[in-house]
Amino acid sequence: MAAALQYPANVSSFNSYNDLFPDWTQKEVSTGTTIMAVEFDGGVVMGADSRTTTGAYIANRVTDKLTPIHDRIFCCRSGSAADTQAIADAVTYQLGFHSIELDEAPLVQTAASLFRDMCYRYREELMAGIIVAGWDKRRGGQVYTVPVGGMMSRQPVSVGGSGSSYIYGYVDSNYKAEMSKEECLKFTAGALALAMERDGSSGGVVRLAVITEQGVERQVILGNQLPQFSTV
Amino acid sequence: MALSCVLEPALSGFNFENSTRNNVLENGSEEGKIKAPKPMKTGTTIAGVVYKDGVVLGADTRATSDEVVADKMCAKIHYIAPNIYCCGAGTAADTEKTTDMLSSNLTIFSLNSGRNPRVVMAVNILQDMLFRYRGMIGANLILGGVDCTGSHLYTVGPYGSMDKVPYLAMGSGNLAAMGILEDRFKVNMDLEEAKALVSDAIHAGIMSDLGSGNNIDLCVITKEGVDYIRPHRESPYNYKRQAKYKYKPGTTPVLSKTVTQLELELVHETVQKMETGSS
Repeated sequence: MAAALQYPANVSSFNSYNDLFPDWTQKEVSTGTTIMAVEFDGGVVMGADSRTTTGAYIANRVTDKLTPIHDRIFCCRSGSAADTQAIADAVTYQLGFHSIELDEAPLVQTAASLFRDMCYRYREELMAGIIVAGWDKRRGGQVYTVPVGGMMSRQPVSVGGSGSSYIYGYVDSNYKAEMSKEECLKFTAGALALAMERDGSSGGVVRLAVITEQGVERQVILGNQLPQFSTV
Repeated sequence: MALSCVLEPALSGFNFENSTRNNVLENGSEEGKIKAPKPMKTGTTIAGVVYKDGVVLGADTRATSDEVVADKMCAKIHYIAPNIYCCGAGTAADTEKTTDMLSSNLTIFSLNSGRNPRVVMAVNILQDMLFRYRGMIGANLILGGVDCTGSHLYTVGPYGSMDKVPYLAMGSGNLAAMGILEDRFKVNMDLEEAKALVSDAIHAGIMSDLGSGNNIDLCVITKEGVDYIRPHRESPYNYKRQAKYKYKPGTTPVLSKTVTQLELELVHETVQKMETGSS
């Protein structure tokens, strides 16, 4: 059972399906996902799909992969559901403690470093790809990516998860520096819709979050309201 | 962090001391080969639904050991707290012990703090424990309850992943049960509708899955209290014995008789008086 950690998220598992031993006894719950975050002047826009799979079965079709870590810091989770939930809980605790000690809102870089420390130290046992994004007073909106293995890197736009492979071209060609908040939202929703269209492990609804100095605004785009792209 | 816990194992992970012994027993001498018993799985259908006034949990009552039905009236809805119940699918022993441990911890918490436990607290404790054991504890649990913050339904997987949803089915019959739930679930249903929905979902699991069967148990949790209906719907197949299977002595002729003396060790017996205190 523990060997399930080594499966890449987009490997087809139909040949192992057996009535007496259903998928959920053999495969770990994976977020096999598409996540994305973009910086803009004054904040960040984060987005994720909402599908959690156990092998070929969708365990939860309305998952919330945008997890609050602090008032103005969120993370997008991809990889093993159990691992990322546990890491997010641990970092939320550590960051909360740090913030109380400091008597000040924590920096996004601090949150990202805490994720990186944990993901790197336990890299053999964990399968977690995390994007940390938020707003702080010192540097404004920031996006840090902490992929599997535990590297940390600040990027103006970052995509992750199994569905990200399908949208690198779209992101690279459509990203412009200094987009407005609305342009970022449209860009993110479009990228996620394209990934969800092509990746079997991503789907459901698109969850978006905008983090600025004023606070966090959350949105949901239902399946029938997703942007349409013609592939005829 | 300073809460006391019961049965908290000090060592991390599992103790594999007996694995060499088990190996020897299984691969031992020709006459001495002993096959290890298979763990009893519940091969189950469990479901839960949040309705207007609370939560309805449902479960079938069949426990299987491979192809044999080990228990026809197994109780899969476990007590956690007066306002929280938990349905368990997966390995029967794991779900039993995990829910027992959770229940004890929450009782101690209630006594220590004077508060009623919240469902989210039960979920966090379960998550911590199952994550620590890295999937080795085969427990797929549906937790439902009503506390001061409202009615909640959570699922916790064996690796420690958690989901919060308004309706849920787990177990080997979950695909069939999920079909019924997806079709007929509505937000803020009333009690009779919710009970019928859960009962039909479990029934679909029983009809379509070999590992689920027999009766349907329901548990309705509201702010006022708990209604544990066991069984809610009985299976129409009675399993009553068709004839008497007791035979008169002498029905089978005795062909021969051998008497073997057992070598018993004489044990030295002593009696020691205990000093009982004065009353």
